[in-house]
Amino acid sequence: MKIKVNGELKLTAAKNLEELCRELGVTEARIATARNGEFVPAAARAKAGIAEGDAIEILSPRQGG
Amino acid sequence: MTAMPRSGELPLPQDEDALELYGESVHSRMLLGTALYSSPEIMRMAVEASGAGIVTVSLRRESGGDGSGQRFWDLVRNLGLRLLPNTAGCHTVKEAVTTAQMAREVFETDWVKLEVIANDDTLQPDVFGLVEAARILSGEGFKVFPYCTDDLSVAERLLTAGCEVLMPWAAPIGTGRGLINPYALRSLRAYFPKTPLIVDAGIGAPSHAAGAMELGFDAILLNTAVAKAKDPAIMAEAFAKSILAGRLAYRAGLMPQRDMASPSTPLAGLASFDMPDAS
Repeated sequence: MKIKVNGELKLTAAKNLEELCRELGVTEARIATARNGEFVPAAARAKAGIAEGDAIEILSPRQGG
Repeated sequence: MTAMPRSGELPLPQDEDALELYGESVHSRMLLGTALYSSPEIMRMAVEASGAGIVTVSLRRESGGDGSGQRFWDLVRNLGLRLLPNTAGCHTVKEAVTTAQMAREVFETDWVKLEVIANDDTLQPDVFGLVEAARILSGEGFKVFPYCTDDLSVAERLLTAGCEVLMPWAAPIGTGRGLINPYALRSLRAYFPKTPLIVDAGIGAPSHAAGAMELGFDAILLNTAVAKAKDPAIMAEAFAKSILAGRLAYRAGLMPQRDMASPSTPLAGLASFDMPDAS
């Protein structure tokens, strides 16, 4: 199915956010996730299903002022 | 032998002039941003030279597993300082709340520098969205540090929303124009004498920082003026010393200004050099 990850179209077979993170190779990274504008805590990723057209954001630490 | 204080710390018994933020004592009144430095090493040197106890950080999109997020995390964690994640770039309540929730998980802190931006040219806070986001986040247990204007009514609403600290701007972010409305800042200090007030944004020179501290502000948060200096570490030290000087001056009590000159040397006992009377 087609979803958006960090603003870019992506084809995925992942059924939930945890599988998507594994697919993207960021499982071990220090990240936070959101689905369709809602924060999804790390502990809830396995239960956060993914559907066609979903918008996923995966953020990590950066410099800030 | 008494150890010399680090830059930014008062040369006083450690707890005598500590700043309380959400129940935590902070011994430096300088908060420093981690952005815009030419390299991570220069950022680290500037932070160390500043003596800051709190640094601001942010969240951005993970860029394809290149490890930059993890490297930055390792760098700031090794600084051993309090982290204050921001919601920079958020334009809506929803964006700011979600970003704050994500930052709490990543940075393992419920402190958040709340930014809801109204206009990309001025980076002026959307004060309506800011108050609403502050209310939501305070209700979720966040310790909110709102980047706000110097408007008294906005300040009152932020306090009612649950904020215990306010961070009014001196001037728009990144302009370096200093205290563009000292009257408003002085009013804010007078109206909220017990609320920690941190001047955030627009500080361009150490003299600006000292001026804000002389008005009685509790701390200064800055980034660009240090990061974009020719030598960020030396500028960080200059700011730390100016903030300390301004704080000491405020505590010591500035003399009132006068319109007319007044001699400092006593007039009593002034010699007379008139020629003696010949008669």
